[in-house]
Amino acid sequence: MPAGDARPVLEVRDLRTVFQTRGGEVHAVNSVSFDVKPGELLGVVGESGSGKSVTMMSLVGLLPMPPAEVRGGEVLLDGEDLLKVSPARLRDVRGGEVGFIFQDPMTSLNPVFTVGFQIIEPIRRHMGLNKRQARERAVELLELVGIPGARGRLSDYPHQFSGGMRQRVMIAIALACDPKVLIADEPTTALDVTIQAQILEIVEDLRARLGMAIVWITHDLGVVAGIADRVMVMYGGQVVEHAPVHPLFNDPRHPYTRALLRTIPTVTGARADKLQVIEGQPPMLGAAPSACPFRDRCPLAFDRCHAENPLREVVAPNHDVACFHPLAHTAKEAVA
Amino acid sequence: MNAQRPLVEVRDLKMHFPIHSGLLRRQTGAVKAVDGVTFDIYEGETLGLVGESGCGKSTCGRAVLRLYDLTSGEVVVDGRAIGTESQGSLRRMRTTMQMVFQDPQACLNPRMTVGAIIGEPLDEHTDWPRKKKRARVEELMDQVGLNRAFLNRYPHEFSGGQRQRIGIARALALKPKFIVCDEPIAALDVSIQAQVVNLLEELQDELGLTYLFISHDLSMVRHIADRVAVMYLGKVVELAPRDALYDEPLHPYTEALLSAVPEPDPAMAGRKRERIVLKGDVPSPANPPAGCNFCTRCPKVMEVCHRIDPAFREVRPGHFAACHLNDPRYGPEHSESAEPTAPEATRTQHGGTR
Ligand SMILES: Nc1ncnc2c1ncn2[C@@H]1O[C@H](COP(=O)(O)OP(=O)(O)OP(=O)(O)O)[C@@H](O)[C@H]1O
Ligand SMILES: Nc1ncnc2c1ncn2[C@@H]1O[C@H](COP(=O)(O)OP(=O)(O)OP(=O)(O)O)[C@@H](O)[C@H]1O
Ligand SMILES: [Mg+2]
Ligand SMILES: [Mg+2]
Repeated sequence: MPAGDARPVLEVRDLRTVFQTRGGEVHAVNSVSFDVKPGELLGVVGESGSGKSVTMMSLVGLLPMPPAEVRGGEVLLDGEDLLKVSPARLRDVRGGEVGFIFQDPMTSLNPVFTVGFQIIEPIRRHMGLNKRQARERAVELLELVGIPGARGRLSDYPHQFSGGMRQRVMIAIALACDPKVLIADEPTTALDVTIQAQILEIVEDLRARLGMAIVWITHDLGVVAGIADRVMVMYGGQVVEHAPVHPLFNDPRHPYTRALLRTIPTVTGARADKLQVIEGQPPMLGAAPSACPFRDRCPLAFDRCHAENPLREVVAPNHDVACFHPLAHTAKEAVA
Repeated sequence: MNAQRPLVEVRDLKMHFPIHSGLLRRQTGAVKAVDGVTFDIYEGETLGLVGESGCGKSTCGRAVLRLYDLTSGEVVVDGRAIGTESQGSLRRMRTTMQMVFQDPQACLNPRMTVGAIIGEPLDEHTDWPRKKKRARVEELMDQVGLNRAFLNRYPHEFSGGQRQRIGIARALALKPKFIVCDEPIAALDVSIQAQVVNLLEELQDELGLTYLFISHDLSMVRHIADRVAVMYLGKVVELAPRDALYDEPLHPYTEALLSAVPEPDPAMAGRKRERIVLKGDVPSPANPPAGCNFCTRCPKVMEVCHRIDPAFREVRPGHFAACHLNDPRYGPEHSESAEPTAPEATRTQHGGTR
């Protein structure tokens, strides 16, 4: 577990990312701030399209520019601002100090190279191992993520792997160089529960043993509840709530977070006839926000929400929320 | 559900991919991705197909739609045997059967706008005027929760979950009878998952659609499926009505799957839960073990399991399983030492007709 007073290894301040499209600007990330300490796991949840992937890809220059443009902010990796470093240094950071697991394994694995090559190459580059050693490490990594017959599959191409196996190859690549920070974007969506459990064990072990800091994006609230230390909730390109995992699930304050927690089906208990949804459409993100992004779908919205964008305010220790409504500033016990 | 007419009948389906190696790239083996599965899907029902990553679910779904040339076995859709039919004559049937792909990227042409992608099946199979097609595309976008204003955007301008919904809208365009949904909701957040699942259910009620719903999300499958098939290493190991499967799983693999589901119980949040991780080697589908495929990891493994592949039997009405524990000759209450073995070994192809 992270020491409470350790310095964050990754600190993001006021990050803003905008896309230029033919239809105008898309403000995908609006003043996002967060940090992670060594050995800590920050869970990131939020609606599809809320800017989770774009935020993380902005950190290490993974977005094509143009159309993307990082308009402002700081990304401090051990104090070094990654938005200001040279492209060469950034390439070193990616896959070296920062491991990245992409949401869509097929777009990030190159279809014309073998799986083996795609793991071995970064190991050789970042860890200075020779070909044989790198190959051994690649086999070890694939076994670690549970690819059966790993040695024999190094010469396969990505299309010969199943969806979940491709995802596990991505995980192996991201872990290859013992990164300080691991950014995992929906890393287990294609994995069944048993293999997911196995991957979660590996992750627990790595952060305990190597003090790896982890940012884990997922829509699986069950996974977040089980592994995160803190959770950040995103909506419409902004962080709307952030709290340690226990209060987030037991005393959620933002109306979006509350709605989100009501939508989960289970394997036990009564089976609902119809699943809960959050009515309404997500915001268009055509301009920098000037009002609360959730206002049109929010049961609690009032005048001020349409006129002003709420800032994140501390409501309890380590717990902040971006909402004007008094309920968001009242603890659960006080309401009941 | 009530009408028990099978719309899809799958018999001893096998899909093996050759492995080539050596200098001359000779075939030296095969990945037995699907190795003899038998099941029916009734008209208007949803059959859930679950199982570990790499066990052959996607391959099975694609093979049922004949996106591959089958190694062996037969598939009957709507009374028509399509196991060996040519791709050309299958084309006309494509309007009745569709697939939502696991990897949204795979089916989205990056140079086409979203409107064109969703409307492509309409261009191909209808002679509707432009306006009608456009109206249908917009209707589909509404249904899957994509903003109509995005009609002229390109796929890369969407988030992962938004791309998945483009694929769903496209599959629905022609109002097919049978849809194979391969992890259609894995990339979506829970609210949109719910929206898509509700949509699939509404369409089913309205149009009498039949689904093969591939997923590893057991709680979602519990919600949507009428019956559930569990696959392990190329074979179906258990098949049962939903409640029977979740309440009383008969196969140890199903038990293990159910026990490993992480549940967002607020009372438990922040405390670490006990996870059951299956131990033992995960065998490769190129080289499955002797006997039962699950014997290398089964917590209840018996001596017989290493020798004899259990038959896929109807243990209770409608509840099929392939496990020696359910066989009175080998089950827990019997000592296994005195058992005859030879005849069973020849009858091991699970999946006699039902
Ligand atoms: N290249 C691009 N051009 C224009 N808009 C884009 C581009 N890439 C992403 N966007 C938009 O930015 C927003 C944020 O996308 P992002 O991929 O970060 O969402 P996400 O939170 O990761 O969602 P998901 O859970 O579906 O993966 C979305 O509304 C998306 O449409
Ligand atoms: N074109 C191919 N060539 C060779 N092997 C293949 C091919 N397609 C699939 N396989 C192999 O067949 C097995 C089953 O793959 P499949 O994609 O059906 O799994 P799955 O159950 O859908 O898994 P996931 O949940 O990870 O998507 C895997 O071992 C895979 O590597
Ligand atoms: Mg994303
Ligand atoms: Mg698959």
